[in-house]
Amino acid sequence: MIITEKKPAEELLAMLSGVRKVALVGCGNCAAACQTGGEKEVAEMKQFLEERGFEVVGTVLPDECCHKMLVKRDLRALKDSGAEAVVGLACGDGVQTVADNIQLPVYPANNTVFLGQVERVGIFHEYCRMCGDCVLGETGGICPVTRCAKSLVNGPCGGQKNGKCEVCPDNDCAWILIYNRLQATGQAEKLGRTRRTKGYSGAYYPKHVNLREGKKA
Amino acid sequence: MSQLQSALESGRFAVTAEMAPPKGCDFSEQIRVADLLKDKVHGVNVTDMQSACLKASSLGLCIHLKQAGAEPILQITGRDRSRMAILADVLSAASFGIDTVLALTGDHPVVGDCKDSKPVYDLDSVGILQMLSDMERTGCDCGGNPLDGGAPALFKGASVTPVYDPLPLQINKLRQKVEAGARYIQTQGVFDRESLCRFLEEVDRAGISVPIMAGIIPLKSAGMARFMNENVPGIAVPEEMIARLDAAAAEGREKGVKGLPAQLGIEMAAEFIARIKEEKICAGVHIMAIGAERNVPAILEKAGVTI
Repeated sequence: MIITEKKPAEELLAMLSGVRKVALVGCGNCAAACQTGGEKEVAEMKQFLEERGFEVVGTVLPDECCHKMLVKRDLRALKDSGAEAVVGLACGDGVQTVADNIQLPVYPANNTVFLGQVERVGIFHEYCRMCGDCVLGETGGICPVTRCAKSLVNGPCGGQKNGKCEVCPDNDCAWILIYNRLQATGQAEKLGRTRRTKGYSGAYYPKHVNLREGKKA
Repeated sequence: MSQLQSALESGRFAVTAEMAPPKGCDFSEQIRVADLLKDKVHGVNVTDMQSACLKASSLGLCIHLKQAGAEPILQITGRDRSRMAILADVLSAASFGIDTVLALTGDHPVVGDCKDSKPVYDLDSVGILQMLSDMERTGCDCGGNPLDGGAPALFKGASVTPVYDPLPLQINKLRQKVEAGARYIQTQGVFDRESLCRFLEEVDRAGISVPIMAGIIPLKSAGMARFMNENVPGIAVPEEMIARLDAAAAEGREKGVKGLPAQLGIEMAAEFIARIKEEKICAGVHIMAIGAERNVPAILEKAGVTI
């Protein structure tokens, strides 16, 4: 899931300087789960902006704000709304998808922070940085690229104390987690087989995937 | 061939001293101190922004030292440079005759004094060693492209933390460093024979064969020891040493004499070095005086170590 956090209200209001009529676009998927762009948050944003003198001329809540066809269809509801600007309550991808489909300034209400595991409602952890060259098979299913603050792929640095990371002592040392997991799952020999020179040529951006290439459209 | 390589390969007790470049562009103090160390150590190991605090570059001071007739060792971390930048620095160093390097992962910028700096970590210590070994073997750069005139021959080292739990993780990484081309190892600061020997026994048990130089940090005060125990991962100064430093401070206060704890720190470091050499515990020592490099000749003299 794409984890988002609300931007400070002042930052959004500064972006909306000079605007009077706004439309709101939320997201029924990740942003809803992150409590940054679901039905409730869109209603709260509407009230917040109206209290500050804005006229909210329309609200849209696509099932997924990153889905271009879906967003294009749902945004038809804002045609002739008179909106001067749109506030996107979604991730960075969702906000761009909105901007691609409407000829108006689009402003983000959220910061997009990471690709996360949902531990339970409202609790998220960063587990994957989408490096493009997955090493999980060698590391006991624990990603050192993401969960080690230095993305070390060959074992720990000297900077852990009592199993906690020197960079952020709230975090466990990923390599101690990996060591324990490999021991516990009978894969201890893999510790010595990790990568020396993980490459980053797969981490270029922007990337594209086209499963239709070579097939009839 | 550097003096360090020659000492280690001929089985002589090897001695290096760590030195930091200035936080600024006046290198004169470093060059003066290096002159004091001449003929006392096999190499001056120049840090690469240790503790992630901004300094002039390791390469810059290494060039100054080489030109002043000293024997610099280039420390390279992966924190601030991509593989391309590291290789570019190593090639430049080689052109000045600096062929002895120490590959480190590097402290993270958030523990340093320029916290907004972007951490790079394209390669960790193992990756740096492997890249340099590959270059030496193939004569090619990190993209597989031939280097004009071939690759320089290097003498590469790495570090290890002897006091570490779980130790098998350090031993495993040590093995990877050696397999990736490390031909000498220096340890994080270690203060007592037992900790050092316990670690060396594990290295032996793992069948890893590489010269290991014990990291020696001369203590300046009980406060410094407590601070390091509290804040520096891998540092474990025994309580008994801290008590001795406390007693020295009390004695100094009583007699109105300053500097007794630092004096004791020098003596304790010298005693430990002498013992390491006499008992042939390991291949040499690496002295990290942390700003007090001027004391290194006195420590070596007290230890009875000459090169």
